[in-house]
Amino acid sequence: MNDMTAIKTTIKDWESDQEVRWCPGCGDYAILKAVQRTLVDLGTTPDQTVFVSGIGCSSRFPYYMASYGFHTIHGRAPAFATGIKLANPDLDLWLVTGDGDGMSIGGNHTMHFLRRNINSQILLFNNEIYGLTKGQYSPTSRLGTPSPTTPLGSVDRPLQPCSFALGAGARFVARGFDTSKNLPEVFKAAHAHQGAAFVEIFQNCIVYNKDRFADFTEKAVADKWQLWLKNGEPLLFNKGTQGIALDTQRLALKIVDVVDGDWQAAGVLVHDVTNRSVAHMLVELPFGEFPVALGVIYDDPRPTYETSVLEQDAVARQGKNTDLAKLFAKGQTWTVDAEDQGPLSGV
Amino acid sequence: MATVLDAGAEQGRSTDNTPEAVVVRFAGDSGDGMQLTGGQFTLSTALAGNDLSTFPDFPSEIRAPQGTLFGVSAFQINFGSTEITTAGDQPDVLVAMNPAALKVNLSALKQGGLIIADSGEFTKRNLEKAKYTVNPLEDGSLAQWNLLAFDISKLTLEAVKPFGLGNKEALRCKNMWTLGLALWMFDRDRAPLIDWLTNKFKKNPVLADANIAALNAGHAYGETAEIGGQVKQQHLPPAPQSPGLYRTITGAEAVSLGLVAGAKLAELPLFFGGYPITPASAILHYLAKMKEFGVTTFQAEDEIAAIASAIGASYAGSLGVTSSSGPGIALKTEAMGLAVMAELPLVIVNSQRGGPSTGLPTKTEQSDLYQALYGRNGDTPLVVLSASSPTDAFEVAIEAVRLATQFMTPVILLTDGYIGNAAEPWAVPDPATFEPFPVTFLTQNNNEGGKVLPYKRDERGVRPWIKPGTPGLMHRIGGIEKAPETGDLDYSPAVHQMQTDARKDKIDGIAKFIPAQEVSQGTAGGKLAIVGWGSTYGPIHQAVRRARAKGLDVSHIHIRHIWPMPANLGDLLHSYGKIIVPEMNTGQLKTVLRDQYLVDAKPMNKVSGQPFTIAEIEAAIEAALA
Repeated sequence: MNDMTAIKTTIKDWESDQEVRWCPGCGDYAILKAVQRTLVDLGTTPDQTVFVSGIGCSSRFPYYMASYGFHTIHGRAPAFATGIKLANPDLDLWLVTGDGDGMSIGGNHTMHFLRRNINSQILLFNNEIYGLTKGQYSPTSRLGTPSPTTPLGSVDRPLQPCSFALGAGARFVARGFDTSKNLPEVFKAAHAHQGAAFVEIFQNCIVYNKDRFADFTEKAVADKWQLWLKNGEPLLFNKGTQGIALDTQRLALKIVDVVDGDWQAAGVLVHDVTNRSVAHMLVELPFGEFPVALGVIYDDPRPTYETSVLEQDAVARQGKNTDLAKLFAKGQTWTVDAEDQGPLSGV
Repeated sequence: MATVLDAGAEQGRSTDNTPEAVVVRFAGDSGDGMQLTGGQFTLSTALAGNDLSTFPDFPSEIRAPQGTLFGVSAFQINFGSTEITTAGDQPDVLVAMNPAALKVNLSALKQGGLIIADSGEFTKRNLEKAKYTVNPLEDGSLAQWNLLAFDISKLTLEAVKPFGLGNKEALRCKNMWTLGLALWMFDRDRAPLIDWLTNKFKKNPVLADANIAALNAGHAYGETAEIGGQVKQQHLPPAPQSPGLYRTITGAEAVSLGLVAGAKLAELPLFFGGYPITPASAILHYLAKMKEFGVTTFQAEDEIAAIASAIGASYAGSLGVTSSSGPGIALKTEAMGLAVMAELPLVIVNSQRGGPSTGLPTKTEQSDLYQALYGRNGDTPLVVLSASSPTDAFEVAIEAVRLATQFMTPVILLTDGYIGNAAEPWAVPDPATFEPFPVTFLTQNNNEGGKVLPYKRDERGVRPWIKPGTPGLMHRIGGIEKAPETGDLDYSPAVHQMQTDARKDKIDGIAKFIPAQEVSQGTAGGKLAIVGWGSTYGPIHQAVRRARAKGLDVSHIHIRHIWPMPANLGDLLHSYGKIIVPEMNTGQLKTVLRDQYLVDAKPMNKVSGQPFTIAEIEAAIEAALA
């Protein structure tokens, strides 16, 4: 479907008739709009598009799309999606999951889905909290997060979804946040990638984890704390006055000051979306010391699982007899003749 | 030998004093190749035209420490000139390749039966491992049996000497030597085995030659009467069978072929999502080699992903199938609930094993009936079928596909480790005789002018199947309660009541579309009915046959459609004075029958990991009618 000629749709064509039931002010609304806008721009059609989700606030997403949709069970969306894609590889598949759904109960499926590299877009809404179950801490909650299950603050270390994705073998990793105007561009890049495209979206849960990401998403601090990546362009932020360079002694990234726009002199790295080592470093930059890396962090396609399966199946099927009678009579057989045998005895 | 090959386990003696059936058990170390020996002996038996049934019995360890009691692997075959439906109660012949094999299997051997033992393996060390203080071959403790002990190891080494194999490799030919002797004992043709060995070792002809030499040497050993006239050759004439083409088949193969046939009759591609588990993996192995029949197999990361991928495939328009054994089925239950809620076709094969938890991975049991019927959250009805023998599994698999696709429902097919591994002759069916049941997908809006109604039910309560990708029919499905017809989210009280009822009515209504319950042996009505399901078919059948031959008023009812049950089953059960339900569990079907029909069904239970013997059931019949 991805290579079909563009078809004109409008936002209306992608909006279902269902009332959206997220809390007023939830970051999910902005993501929904960004996805719908992306789909209009992509020129795909609702009948060739499937949204698959697990359980959680984010996973209600398919109900609000006028495409095909399957709201499955907690954490298992990638497994359902695998079957869908193997049965019909032409469908344009979008997975919607959250930090609890995709990184906790469904971590295993997320890992294997990425490893297998099934062509799709995985949108992980990370709000660092369990929303639908009323505010328990999640595997991405920061150390010390107080919640009903951790009244004294959480003591287990959070995981980094993008780091997890790279570790699992993902060939496309990107980041954005709910209210970002760049979100559709990130989604389009994910869609253009042939394979499993993993997008972490920082999402504001206004009820249980309000403004958790405000430190870098607020307009006033955006320049200083957002590092937007563009392939082939230098890693600059803070209006080009600072950049990211490689500390060759420690084999780590460091912040350098850029004087008079001469980023080359400052040794600022040029973003190369196929550089896996730097991608690992970018997703793990500690916030506070560094800005947050956003945009397409890594994009280096490999053959997809479903293509390889279909190719193998096609070879296995080539020139083969598909007569059931032949299949049944496989192996060593013998014939009982009518003349020397009576009917079956017994009974 | 007349005393040795006494009456077969299932049959009495025929007039000319030739036994009608013989039970042979090959037992050795799990590395001795006993399953292979048994498998090849089975093939030669089938080619000789005998009816047969087998029982592979092996440890869950792949290569348990050599010579130990828990490392013993055995293969039992019952074959004869008459109808065979069980692997036999007690072996007539026990082939023991080492002391441990003798110790573990001796108690099963029939009084006066024949022991063939490899004396070369009865060394001090092996005797100690088998916890023998004295060599049983020498202390007279085996006096009640006929003992034939000779150094098979040494004889094998001599036979394969010309091929220059190392000692270890040469000894691996022992099982072929033993098989050669067994072939001689039962007057079998060696040619098919020689062909098989030549083909198996075609990349290493020396091994082929060595194994063939061992086979021939074992055969010659019998032929030249070196064994002192203790054993006479037996020829069991072919069993009367309907004319036609035959092969041997295991339950796992039969399920695989039935699924492929069912998918073809439904005109659907088959998607199989599985995860390795004993004893269910064999189905995934077979199907992985059948890609040319429109089969796609997927080894998932876990049991949950296996069923989820199958449901995803069904959603996208394939026939989704998954398979496992008890512990894996437990993991799949949440997804099964979704398939019930979303109303998608799905076949779930459960090759039951001993439970609970890891239980007895390689032993058989039928204790997952409650799990199949009730093991989900919510009121979650689905179809449950059971296979009663390896060959029956073929037909039941087709029936599972039919009901799943025609009624948009998950279907659980219960088989067990015994059925899965056991082999029996199979009259190869003609696919042209099968009744097709092609699936029709919805391609046009079923609500002209309005939005498509994915949950609009037909007169049977069945919703349409709509493939994503179909123009104009976009809709959303999921596990949350939904409004009738539109499928839009709706969990208002009246709607949940209505939808729960509708899902139940649909499954209950399937009773109108399945065959009536037949009496498999005996009469409708009478003093006693033995009611079974699954792999207890063989022993019940034979026990009832024997009892009826003695003039006892007993009938056999075997239930294939476990849920919904056939519409006439209640009346049928009420037409007997007494009901006994033999089961390899603590009484699960018994409880269901009591619940459904308020009948006084009495339990008869065995959970030892071994199938019922005919004698056990026969005794129960006699006690009930005494």
